[in-house]
Amino acid sequence: MSHSTLRRKLAERSFIGLCIAAVALPLIILIVLMVDVGIDSIDRLNWSFLSSYPSRKAEEAGIRPGLVGSVYLIALTAAMALPIGVGAAVYLEEYAKRGWLANLIEINLANLAGVPSIIYGLLGLKLFVRTIGLGRGLLAGACTMALLILPIVILASREALRTVPLSIREGAYALGATRWQTVSQVVLPVAFPGILTGAILSVSRAIGEAAPLIVVGALAYIAFLPDGINSPFTVLPIQIFNWVSRPQREFLDNAAAGIVVLLVTMLLLNGLAIYLRNRLQKRRYW
Amino acid sequence: MRRTEKSKRATSFRERLVEFGLLGSGVLSIFTTVAILTVLAFETVGFFQEVTFAEFFGDTQWTPLFSDKHFGIWPLIGGTFLTSLIAVAVALPLGLLAAVYLSEFARESVRKAVKPALEVLAGVPTIVYGYFALVFITPLLQKFIPGLAGFNALSPGIVMGIMIIPMISSLSEDALHAVPATLKEGSYALGAGRLATIFRVTIPSAFSGIVASVILATSRAIGETMIVAIAAGQQPRLTLDPRVPIETMTAYIVQISLGDTPTGTIEYKTIFVVGASLFAITFVMNILSQRIARRFRGKI
Repeated sequence: MSHSTLRRKLAERSFIGLCIAAVALPLIILIVLMVDVGIDSIDRLNWSFLSSYPSRKAEEAGIRPGLVGSVYLIALTAAMALPIGVGAAVYLEEYAKRGWLANLIEINLANLAGVPSIIYGLLGLKLFVRTIGLGRGLLAGACTMALLILPIVILASREALRTVPLSIREGAYALGATRWQTVSQVVLPVAFPGILTGAILSVSRAIGEAAPLIVVGALAYIAFLPDGINSPFTVLPIQIFNWVSRPQREFLDNAAAGIVVLLVTMLLLNGLAIYLRNRLQKRRYW
Repeated sequence: MRRTEKSKRATSFRERLVEFGLLGSGVLSIFTTVAILTVLAFETVGFFQEVTFAEFFGDTQWTPLFSDKHFGIWPLIGGTFLTSLIAVAVALPLGLLAAVYLSEFARESVRKAVKPALEVLAGVPTIVYGYFALVFITPLLQKFIPGLAGFNALSPGIVMGIMIIPMISSLSEDALHAVPATLKEGSYALGAGRLATIFRVTIPSAFSGIVASVILATSRAIGETMIVAIAAGQQPRLTLDPRVPIETMTAYIVQISLGDTPTGTIEYKTIFVVGASLFAITFVMNILSQRIARRFRGKI
């Protein structure tokens, strides 16, 4: 083997090493992040943390209003965003005939996905809180979040609809079914597992969002549970943000414990999405 | 006969109704854009009735909360670009190397495992990254960098960089992957090695696709809120020094939103004017990225 080939081989090897390091480094940082949060949270993570209200004393403070607020908010958000998102996806995939309107919606969706989430907060503040007059309550927050995740829900649902083979639709039409009969009784049931997975994943993204809700006016310090859709509320990430922003060191541990609760909630949702997809996809239609 | 006629008409009516409803869902997304533009424009116009353009673009101080009010946007834009540039400086080399590895070297099984693992980085809630920047990265960096303040641009910048790695790596990988094999084979046939082929043929061919991914990732960093709101501070200042507290556009909106600002006051209007500036910047970058990406796909 000549000298230059050897050198070339060596350079190649070290470059691959560099590449692997570039892949490994962020993943290692991710692990360090998880371990760091885990260690910080260990003293505070117990049942009373989950069931208590916020307090001036760090060791008595709990995350209950945030947890309950997040659950309510996400349920309301999903109830609005999912039907509209799936409807829009069905229109674009099954109905739209490459017209100017379909094109416009298409371009618009691509741009909306790139709008910073805090801008949606400004929209929610002006439109839902002030103009429509919902006040700084759960419903205003949920409307804002629904608009925020809509592009993601539509994208995921369209991908699920695209996996349904054309032959199945043609079979339905050949039997004399109308377009809506085909969509509602044939296409949607087949695409359902995919749509469901996408829906859960986009909702799980909404759980971690804090910025738009801060602008809409979710409160950081709440010592009660929401009692209606216009009730003031807080959510997990905002409660965590409140604890992180305090100068006292003890509250940082509360923030770490809150982060663990948030991450576990998201993990459970993602696990559920994967489980449902695997389970439902076993029923093959073709 | 009559009966079927009637039911046929009912069916066709229902079909139309359904299509109309579905169309309405699609149109709602257009309504969202229109609403965002209207809201931002409305309050921005209100703002400029009290503050002149010259002051907004000419002043170098941003102090709407002080008694001596200044409304120069540059400190907020400067803080935003400083943190975003640090983020890109971290994410570009790591993301690009990861993309090269995944598209040129990694075995299929490795690729299938590493890609979703990297995607997790973009899925972690930003509040978690903010905590990490403040509680872990800043104290760590303070051991090496004298004069690094508790709030600074460096630490949230680095953490944001880690967050946007998957955007650069996955879009750049697609671009590298799209480079035709014939080009690389031609390079090998001329006696070039693997590294020479990657650096002189594959990366240059995929260059516009990579640029598109970097612009998109930068735009994401510019719009990112919680990390900078937690770890960068609340002191709008025009500086290139990454060690001192600054304030980004997004962090300013959060700061004002946390206080109780009545509608109609100038403070209330500033968050919309800052929001409009943020929207304009990210919008232009997103369009630019889409344009470049489309041209790249057309060329390949």
